[in-house]
Amino acid sequence: MSGTAAMTPAAFALERVSKRYASFVALDEVSLSFASGSTTALIGTSGAGKSTVLRLLLGLDWPDQGVVKVGGQILQHADVLSLRRRVGYVIQDGGLFPHLTVLGNLALLPRYLGWRAPQIHARAAELAELTHLSPDLLERYPAELSGGQRQRVALMRGLMMNPDALLLDEPLGALDPLVRHELQDELKRIFAQLGKTVIVVTHDLAEAAWFADRLVLLRGGKVIQDGDLEDFRRRPADAFVTRFLHAQRHLPESSA
Amino acid sequence: MRRALFAVLVLLPLLAWAAPVRIGSKQFTESVVLGELARIHAREAGIDAIHRRELGGTSILWAALQHGDIDVYPEYTGTITHELLKDVAPDADIATLRAKLLPLGIGITDSLGFSDTYAIGMREDRAAQLNITRMSDLASHPQLRFGFSNEFMDRADGWPGIRQRYGLPQTQVRGLDHTLSYRAVASGAVDAIDLYSTDAEIPYYHLRTLIDDRHYFPPYEAVYLYRLQLERSAPAFVAALRTLSGRIDMAAMQRMNAEVKLNGMKESDVAARFLDVPLRGGDAGFWRRLLQRTVEHVKLVALSLGLAVLLAVPLGILAARWKRAGQLIIGLTGILQTVPSLAMFVFMIPLLGIGTWPAMAALFLYSLLPIVRNTHAGLVGIPLELRESAAALGLPENVRLRRVELPMATRSILAGIKTAAVINVGTATLAALIGAGGYGQPILTGIRLDNIGLILEGAVPAALLALIVQAMFEGIEHWLTPRGLRIEARQ
Repeated sequence: MSGTAAMTPAAFALERVSKRYASFVALDEVSLSFASGSTTALIGTSGAGKSTVLRLLLGLDWPDQGVVKVGGQILQHADVLSLRRRVGYVIQDGGLFPHLTVLGNLALLPRYLGWRAPQIHARAAELAELTHLSPDLLERYPAELSGGQRQRVALMRGLMMNPDALLLDEPLGALDPLVRHELQDELKRIFAQLGKTVIVVTHDLAEAAWFADRLVLLRGGKVIQDGDLEDFRRRPADAFVTRFLHAQRHLPESSA
Repeated sequence: MRRALFAVLVLLPLLAWAAPVRIGSKQFTESVVLGELARIHAREAGIDAIHRRELGGTSILWAALQHGDIDVYPEYTGTITHELLKDVAPDADIATLRAKLLPLGIGITDSLGFSDTYAIGMREDRAAQLNITRMSDLASHPQLRFGFSNEFMDRADGWPGIRQRYGLPQTQVRGLDHTLSYRAVASGAVDAIDLYSTDAEIPYYHLRTLIDDRHYFPPYEAVYLYRLQLERSAPAFVAALRTLSGRIDMAAMQRMNAEVKLNGMKESDVAARFLDVPLRGGDAGFWRRLLQRTVEHVKLVALSLGLAVLLAVPLGILAARWKRAGQLIIGLTGILQTVPSLAMFVFMIPLLGIGTWPAMAALFLYSLLPIVRNTHAGLVGIPLELRESAAALGLPENVRLRRVELPMATRSILAGIKTAAVINVGTATLAALIGAGGYGQPILTGIRLDNIGLILEGAVPAALLALIVQAMFEGIEHWLTPRGLRIEARQ
């Protein structure tokens, strides 16, 4: 795969994309590309435009200027449904449908695409194993699950159709630190195991560096820095990057 | 050959079969008695006739007659000159009216023998105290409070006319139901009311009929109006109807009114006794009556509501999908809701006639708003991230609607349907005014006869039905609301 990386088109790319919501500039002439099979973390403060990148890649929003490319092709309205079926999308609170059980949530798209019940059950069991979700939770409703369990289910739903890519928007943002820590481990393992194109949005630098080699820092709708953690440390693009790096709090040294 | 003969034998009775003549009456006792007189008289002549009683006011009866929903109803010449025909002299004789009605396809009998004119009446003691005997005496007592029947308040020959003719200064003028106005004047809540000169209550409540000294009120000779078509389709009926002319004098009519209103006799008994014919076909028992009205009422509510759901839920979906269309749809259904219910029923008559269908149409229109609004609110209230999660899965819009959005809006939609149903049960009691029956029928009769028992016979089942409908929908709501949403709501 890696040998042909230069030849194959990027899984996703933004070319000089601008997007504004009313007077708020979410993205300002941003160009970014995401290689197939790579894991990238988008970081930045809230309102920096991170989530907008994911929304544009899924056709949930459309750029005011510039183009979005998927697999080298300019994204058209007509392609959106098939694109979304090849991409798993996980948001902060999971976005699970409260009126459906876990299995109902997982089955929504496959059933529409004509999968039979045994096939759906088998895939759900497989993903439960992958995400370490207890299989007897499959019949529960979202309201009967813990926050961590809900995120595991959201990830399972995103993976149901075995997509080419996973887009995660603050997937662990609403969890308490212990669960978050545990899920960070699991997500990293799953990303490595599946080898898919992954783009994860987070405002937590440590989490970003844990998941991905490539970090993209956004601020005010612009890419400030794009590189690995070492680049950020050694060659910060500006004072903001340095401040962002130092804003991570460490536990105080033990006084004993 | 034999088969053809057989067919003829089977079909022969159909040729002889004729639709029964439909008699209508207004919502006051004298009109109902005159309707019963026509029905029983026709029956004695061997003609099948049905009486749709208490259909409402003049406008409803006249529209129903022209529309062909009824064939005949009792009317008064003064009303014909003032309300129905606009281009005749107020004191035109019946021959003139007959000529004017002819082009409309409407026939008129000769006077039945009495004139039921409007008059103004006061309590005897109050009138004596103020020394009022003539209508012109009213002009010097501006403090008097008037309570006029709603029809009298509005019609050209009613209050606006006498105020002008007599130069009356009174400003405290209220609209009342005619049968209630007697109690209002008797209790002193108002000082003067409008009367019909044949009203049984005039002697009963010791009222003084003021002299119309400027001859304002035209004669109100009682007649029957009928569709001229009857002269071909049911000539025997028209002949029988004509023999009633001149047979009922003022005293006889006052007596019949008194027997119904004051002695509690049934209109059919009073009419049969007047015609000196045996009573036939007894009173249906209480439970039979209740059952029949329940069937009528439930049918009105269920069908109108069912049709409303079929239209309003899709409208609510459209409204949620397109903001502009939504404002229009909710605005229009909102306007429908502001039409007073009685007016809505009356508006339906020129379009659909009288009876079950127009009532159902009116109830249908009333049911739209709560359902549209709640469908819209239920869909719009779904959190954006959930709607987007469904979109991000790659489900097409119609599948998202069916599998995610509508199930999540179930509770709100059902609440809207429940609201519409409960309102419908109440509003359907007015349907009796346009001949659709239901629980409103005994309420109307009860108000007319000042009979609380009869009013309760309609009001209590209507209230119970509303409660049952409410409970039923709560059950349906519980049953249809997805379990996951109930669990979520508990937390």
